[in-house]
Amino acid sequence: MTDLSTTPLDALHRELGGRMVDFAGWAMPVQFPTGIIKEHGQARERAALFDVSHMGQVLIEGPEAAAAIERLVPADIQGLAPGRARYTQLTNESGGMIDDLIVTATETGLFVVVNAGGREGDLAHLEAHLPDHDVRLLADRALLALQGPAAVDVLAGLAPEVDELAFMESRELVLSGLDVRVSRLGYTGEDGFEISVHADHAQKLARTLLANENVAPAGLGARDSLRLEAGLCLYGHDIDETTSPVEASLAWTIGKRRRAEGGFFGEERILRELKDGPSRRLVGLRPEGRAPAREGAAIQDEAGNRVGRVTSGGFGPTIQAPVAMGYVENRLREPGTRLAIELRGKPVPAEVSKLPFVPHRYHR
Amino acid sequence: MARYFTKDHEWLDVAGDIATVGITDHAQEQLGDVVFVELPGPGTEVTKGGEAAVVESVKAASDVYAPATGKVTESNSALEDNPAMVNEDAEGGAWFFKLELADKSELEGLMDAEAYQAFLETIE
Repeated sequence: MTDLSTTPLDALHRELGGRMVDFAGWAMPVQFPTGIIKEHGQARERAALFDVSHMGQVLIEGPEAAAAIERLVPADIQGLAPGRARYTQLTNESGGMIDDLIVTATETGLFVVVNAGGREGDLAHLEAHLPDHDVRLLADRALLALQGPAAVDVLAGLAPEVDELAFMESRELVLSGLDVRVSRLGYTGEDGFEISVHADHAQKLARTLLANENVAPAGLGARDSLRLEAGLCLYGHDIDETTSPVEASLAWTIGKRRRAEGGFFGEERILRELKDGPSRRLVGLRPEGRAPAREGAAIQDEAGNRVGRVTSGGFGPTIQAPVAMGYVENRLREPGTRLAIELRGKPVPAEVSKLPFVPHRYHR
Repeated sequence: MARYFTKDHEWLDVAGDIATVGITDHAQEQLGDVVFVELPGPGTEVTKGGEAAVVESVKAASDVYAPATGKVTESNSALEDNPAMVNEDAEGGAWFFKLELADKSELEGLMDAEAYQAFLETIE
């Protein structure tokens, strides 16, 4: 793993016994000695600390940055007040997705967080289409995610104003003597925060947080099982350049004004699918029994016809059962629809389920 | 009773013609939290090197290969109800299945505990 990029917390991960793997070219801990199930439970019951510094943090500044970026995303960004964040997607001309991202309005522009695998491509895309704006990758910033019901008390102990943030709100503040940006959001379905901090101070902040008895480190394995139970898409698996936001059941992220006005890449397909319905839909699936259905497994209808494929699947530690997401023909999207998933050559009954599998507990 | 190990990280306890088969502590540690085990039923004929059982962790599925050719006489159904046993007692109570060996000469070339330990050091 000599060619991998490392985050500012690399030494800490190794000290804590993290099992390091290659994730999108980054050396990241997939789990710590406690194991994925305990780390998952830590985020559901107390607070888990994740290093997500591999994700790209980008600042976009210049006149009317919100209006300018709306060409690239279908969300209402102009309607975002400073300090508010929104989940959206970079769409391509055929209505697929280049990446998914969080856009936060700041006093001077936009703060954007993109996936690790999209850092370079997204940056090039943003620069190409925002020539009049300053698009800057914040390569010297780390990103820590503190997720779970205890996260707010842990952080408020260091900076009381954190308590005033609502879900999808973001603010620059001083935490434990460090200048940080704290955003109340995450990728677990739980209340929680992402903290952007200078790389030089990341380890100090992580150690301060880990010193709290309600905080323990968690790796990418738990991050994946948590987001799957929360019904959140993973780019490159559940969504990609061929899937549209409507197919991916992300129509809720497309602003009302944007539906009326259009003006974003892929609008022809996306607006048509909003009106007429897409041909396939991303749905939740609950296989019977205990065997997890994994990415790539074929989905059948009751007659045994192949009607789709699993895009994410595994065992949900909180609901103690296998959970999956996958695309099925639109007619089969309703919760309760009986389907089957091919596991090692045998069809295992599965039911279309509402998403999320585990209710979100955001602080609204 | 002799205990043998394979390069696929399985162990076999051989008593007469019957081998009790499981995965090693190293294997369970690499897998992480086990959430599902599928075992061959009694009477299943397995071939050395062929797929015999499935073990899945939160992250991934792995095949367990038959360390020798033979007929399954018994499987450890406790594992199907409580897969986490594999993490707790891989080289003891969490055995996978028992095999009536077709050809005991297949055991030649397997490792003893000491050789397996040395093998682990070469792959780390």
